[in-house]
Amino acid sequence: MTSALELRQVSKLYGSGATEVHALSAVDLSVERGELVAVMGPSGSGKSTLLTIAGSLEEATSGEVLVDGVDLATVSRSDQARMRRRAIGYVFQDFNLLPGLTAVENVTLPLELDGVRAKTARAAGLTALDELDVAERADRYPDELSGGERQRVAIARAIVGKRGLLLADEPTGALDSMNGEAVMRLLRAATHNGVAGVVVTHEAQLASWADRVVFLRDGHVIDQTVAPPGPESLLAAGDRR
Amino acid sequence: MSVPHALLALLSEGPKYGLRLQNEFESRTGEVWPLNVGQVYTTLQRLERDGLVETDDGEGERSQKRYRITSAGDRELAEWLRTPPDLVPPPRDELVIKVLVALQVPGTDIHEILQVHRRRVIEVMQRYTQVKAAAGGDDVALALVADAELFRLEGIVRWLDAADVRLKQLPSPPHAPTADVPLEPTHPMEVSQ
Repeated sequence: MTSALELRQVSKLYGSGATEVHALSAVDLSVERGELVAVMGPSGSGKSTLLTIAGSLEEATSGEVLVDGVDLATVSRSDQARMRRRAIGYVFQDFNLLPGLTAVENVTLPLELDGVRAKTARAAGLTALDELDVAERADRYPDELSGGERQRVAIARAIVGKRGLLLADEPTGALDSMNGEAVMRLLRAATHNGVAGVVVTHEAQLASWADRVVFLRDGHVIDQTVAPPGPESLLAAGDRR
Repeated sequence: MSVPHALLALLSEGPKYGLRLQNEFESRTGEVWPLNVGQVYTTLQRLERDGLVETDDGEGERSQKRYRITSAGDRELAEWLRTPPDLVPPPRDELVIKVLVALQVPGTDIHEILQVHRRRVIEVMQRYTQVKAAAGGDDVALALVADAELFRLEGIVRWLDAADVRLKQLPSPPHAPTADVPLEPTHPMEVSQ
């Protein structure tokens, strides 16, 4: 089966000569539909670069990036842009909502840019907002929403339509721990509904919501977790106390 | 966790039989703390001896006895709730010791050792998060237990991260001691309690 996202020997170099920086070195990573993968690493480990390359916001220096089996290097720039709008959803730390648009307008913007009729787009936008429990805030502007609500709107924008890949960079950034947990629950629910998700974070508690945690250091994938056994084994540990 | 004080807390709601105390203890600790009925009765006996609980009557089968908290029991419970747990254990955490020892072992990649532990801790965190994710919204006890473990484990990961950075910043890799130098640090770390 084709992976929703596959990175093959992806490297990224910035600068040249003495100032050359290897942001990523021969990274291999596959993410399946229905799977949430967390990428953890210290600052400068290459996690954000990995995400921008996976989302075709930046090009790899070498290696292949396949989204739904399509090698991004083999398609035209306009097709890449279409894939970014149709197949990939992004969630950023600072939400990146446009202040002059309401919640639902923010959510439907990528659909409308893609030529979807306004009425159809609004219906899809409201459905997405409803899934994230913020439908009643649809006609509010970002500055009228709380931090948690803004991030819900941003996730709704990332999942609206039929996106197969959800990419999130420190998505719980400025949120308190309960709102952060709520965001991770939503991302997990979205992926378990069939989307492939990649979350970049340096926080272990957020990463622990993922099915798999990949560790990045100095641009290399150095390790990853193995599938955890069910929670039953943990509860039994209480016997030993 | 103090079983005697947990039982006092359950009795502060009103008189109860031993079997009911066992059931309530388990359900209110998020089912993560199994307690057998023998432990319940042994603890109740001790509490009765110390004057912190009393029974309806002194005779008869233990399962026939109904226990109630005394005023001394109320005072003991109130004081225990306000007494901080031991937050200053001696600095002899096993993981810390392992990392300190690893620094002395020739040919050991300390960052690889730190990563092994980081991965293992996060795998345990994934399991606690699964517990929390699976728990219904009304199972507050279980969520609180899972949160407590998650925050504790997250602290360990943050220590590992900090250790990683600290050791990377060293001007040169730490030298393994030569064979005739004892493994003890030159200045033994004794932190008085």
